[in-house]
Amino acid sequence: MILGQKQLDKIHDTLTENLIGSGVQSVMLIDTAGNVIASINSGNESIDLYSLAALAAANFGAMSCMARIVGEDEFSLLFHKGEKENIYFCKVNEELLLVNIFNNQISLGFLRLKMSKVVDELLSLLAA
Amino acid sequence: MAFINLKDKVIQAKIVYYGPGRCGKTTNLEYIYEKCRMQVNSEMVTVKTQGDRTLFFDFFPFDMGKIGGYDVKIQLYTVPGQVKYNSTRRLVLKGVDGVVFVADSAVERRNKNVLSLRNLEENLTLYNKNIREIPLVIQYNKRDLAKQGIEILDIETLEADLNTELKVPWFEASAVEGDNVVVTLKKIIYDTMASLEKQLKQE
Repeated sequence: MILGQKQLDKIHDTLTENLIGSGVQSVMLIDTAGNVIASINSGNESIDLYSLAALAAANFGAMSCMARIVGEDEFSLLFHKGEKENIYFCKVNEELLLVNIFNNQISLGFLRLKMSKVVDELLSLLAA
Repeated sequence: MAFINLKDKVIQAKIVYYGPGRCGKTTNLEYIYEKCRMQVNSEMVTVKTQGDRTLFFDFFPFDMGKIGGYDVKIQLYTVPGQVKYNSTRRLVLKGVDGVVFVADSAVERRNKNVLSLRNLEENLTLYNKNIREIPLVIQYNKRDLAKQGIEILDIETLEADLNTELKVPWFEASAVEGDNVVVTLKKIIYDTMASLEKQLKQE
């Protein structure tokens, strides 16, 4: 997969405006093979992005397999809650995933609302 | 599928170490991780069982430095070798650009090597990849067992079992002692990068 400068700039702007601007600490666009396509970090700079991407892609793949085993196409909500930090995974299309790290100041519902807008914008950017 | 970021000039490619259970895939990665720390800016991730067997994968990104103006990051993975973990093996293979097949030289593991190579072929097919076309290097590991009096397969037998048809590059190795571990890695990286370059020219 190859993405050009313009597409990546627009992806960066969309993620920054809608997610980082809403208080998400880190957001990563990754592919389902575990490659990092874009990442923006406003909080914890020490996060090991490449390891997180590899694990996130694997986690999403495992969840999809589990969904199929129980007769679902996919689980729509992939969310891990921690004491201070939480992770929310969101599927963009068959190849791409968004991984959000956020603290307890943002509600999951609000993030999901934002996410549906972001996914629409990303899909139109990728189709362009 | 490699990812090329034209903005930051970064290429990410995925190389997977495949092979039967206990053949030395994780030992290969552990050796590379220890000996090439300058090129690894990350902790090695291992998802393993309590019995120290790989449950999902081992992983770390290997920084190749600049090639043709691009920062090349090689994502190194192992798969779980045990037969029962085939679904997780498939997940790790997703987007693979190059494979090292680690074969166990011990006589008693002969059949496991053959079954694992066949399993690799089947799993690659699920992603529309052909074992005859993807960059592949075979490593005949555990050659050091002979020194401990354990009977090992000769290279001719291993070649006949695994590489008669594929005819891919191969190396004798001892991952425990580090023999030919880096040589194997260099060869698969070289072949993978050459393959990516060829694919890009075709596109």
